[in-house]
Amino acid sequence: MQPQFRILSDELVPQIIDEAFQLMMDPGIKVQLKEARALLADAGASLDAAREVVQIPEQIARKALDTVPRKFNLYDQDGNPSVRYAGDAVHFDPGSSGVNVLDADTLKHRPATTDDLIKVIQIADVLSQYDAQSTALVCSEIPKEIGDLYRLYLVLLFSKKPIVTGAFSAQNTNVMIDMLATFSGGRQKLAQKPTAVFDVCPTPPLIWSDFGAQSLLDLARAGIPAQIVSMPLAGATAPITLLGSVVQHAAECISGMTIHQLAQPGAPIVWGGAPAIMDMRHGTTPMGAIETAMIDAAYAQVGKSFGFPTHAYMGASDTKIVDYQAGLESGTTAMIGALAGINMISGAGMLDFLACVSPEKLVIDAEAIGMAKRMLEGMQVHTDPLASDMYAGINFKGEFLKQPLTRQLLKEEQYMPSAVIDRGSIRTWEQNGATDTFARAQVRLEQLIDSYQPPDYPQEQVTELQKRVSALAREAGMNQLPEIHR
Amino acid sequence: MNQAIFSAMAQSIMDGDADVAEKLALDALEAGIDPLDAINQGFILGLDKVGELFSAGEAYLPELVMAGEAMKAAVNALEPEMARRGKGREILGKVVLGTIEGDIHDIGKSLVGTMLSVAGFKVFDLGVDVPVLTLIEKAREESADIIGVSALLTTTMVKQRDVVEALEDMNLRAAIKVIVGGAPVTRDWADEIGADGYSQDAMGAVTVAKQLLSATPAQKE
Repeated sequence: MQPQFRILSDELVPQIIDEAFQLMMDPGIKVQLKEARALLADAGASLDAAREVVQIPEQIARKALDTVPRKFNLYDQDGNPSVRYAGDAVHFDPGSSGVNVLDADTLKHRPATTDDLIKVIQIADVLSQYDAQSTALVCSEIPKEIGDLYRLYLVLLFSKKPIVTGAFSAQNTNVMIDMLATFSGGRQKLAQKPTAVFDVCPTPPLIWSDFGAQSLLDLARAGIPAQIVSMPLAGATAPITLLGSVVQHAAECISGMTIHQLAQPGAPIVWGGAPAIMDMRHGTTPMGAIETAMIDAAYAQVGKSFGFPTHAYMGASDTKIVDYQAGLESGTTAMIGALAGINMISGAGMLDFLACVSPEKLVIDAEAIGMAKRMLEGMQVHTDPLASDMYAGINFKGEFLKQPLTRQLLKEEQYMPSAVIDRGSIRTWEQNGATDTFARAQVRLEQLIDSYQPPDYPQEQVTELQKRVSALAREAGMNQLPEIHR
Repeated sequence: MNQAIFSAMAQSIMDGDADVAEKLALDALEAGIDPLDAINQGFILGLDKVGELFSAGEAYLPELVMAGEAMKAAVNALEPEMARRGKGREILGKVVLGTIEGDIHDIGKSLVGTMLSVAGFKVFDLGVDVPVLTLIEKAREESADIIGVSALLTTTMVKQRDVVEALEDMNLRAAIKVIVGGAPVTRDWADEIGADGYSQDAMGAVTVAKQLLSATPAQKE
């Protein structure tokens, strides 16, 4: 039995959904894209075109929600369904779109470059705790106009794992779909076995921007999975009450899904988010706050009540270096997300309100994820009776080590952490240099990079992708892409 | 007798009660109190106190924002009389604020506006999705010292550069400083586009604005 955490009572879930439907009528949803407004109006929603506000009646939304697929897979580049967006399946990927990296030598945050992103991709590729890649960093030396697709380009070159990504412009959404299609053998094959999911963000409160709505339409029509990342900020762009923010999240997701399904019924879409409370001393958006994780767990439960695939931003920290705060916030929220049964949990490796990635933290977070996944396996009944047979010949001696069963079941019962987690004696610890977690992660990071193997793509496939991205780079004013050694 | 009124004024700001603040301002005018005295001996003391408590971590953003709103209500009520008497209150400088064209993220920029107002700047907040030329036009019209431009998206951030370039093209670069902010904005980016200042948060924006104007003498409204 997979252990579960349900934060909402059975009475609250329908109340939240009911109020979300009410919000969609009053004040309604602001939809800034004309085509999306037209789709909603054609379906029977009433429209105030001057204010760009649409009132979406419950029955219209419910009809659209009926066609949302309750499950779909993401595939790796070899065609294996390695991520299941379904039920209580739980997966983790690194956080997305950091702009800085924590330099392990200087402990300063500096703008990320190509080499940093490659390092992060390699780590996430080697570590089995990460089920998917993300386009984790924005490379500062790359023109902003192609920053989104360049990240995808690097991930494609360096890893076969499925990808959680997103575009920065409507034009690039289509370019990025084409890049993925290059590796899948065409857009149709990509839609059959999608290798990536695209984040799409409403703007709180209750707004679908031009770009957000356009992304919904483009992804729906291409049949590429969309992931709604609704981010109410409790107390700032959403009500101060945690439940009020969950209601707003639901209204933003339901309205987005309605637009999406009206464009293409049955296209895959995820009930996701990156909400936070607002820190009222600093005006920041703490991802490591317990209330943030509570909103996540609550909205996931609401999404699950419909049977939708789910996503959340958890396992990140707001501290600036990889310290105790990083551990407690990342570990606590990753565990809450896992117990909430969220299908894709993004955020590992991140610091400073999702602005910074630490490759070393990504290595450490894998251990928190390993433990969370072990937790989900639960208390397993391997033997019947549970214990009494194992006392044969024991005679009050601690000799269970000699039992074949001990050797046989060890790996099923215990998650074996890497050397990042210190479980040695104090003498061993002293002999090994008396290091802390961060120093041990630095050592492990080197080992992981050494063990990394680049994907075995046919050269012409790689060349085609490089040509495409080089051409786009030239258009954006960059004559030569950074040299890349795979 | 005036002392009691001044205390009540300060208290109304600390309570964040715009209705009471406005009423006290109107009462003061009726009683013939100099509007500048009402501000400097009354309302502003409440604002200072909230700012102090905020810095000490004992008051929070809602208190600060609502104090700012109450202050605005009081000053608005007093303004016609100040104009009639021909004397304004001393301000640190004028700042035109906006979120760049194509970007509708409001919260960070508005916080910066509140912080600057509370610190004593006169702020013209043009809202979100503001075209570059609109920002510059307003800055010219008000003889502003600073344009503050915010962007939350990596895609819209690129347009912050246009503000700097447009000011250069219009020969206004020497007169108007540019400060940039927003989640993806870094010091490197600010340097790259030739902005004068950058801050990661709203508190820092006040420090940056003060530094930029430290060479400029305070002006009258």
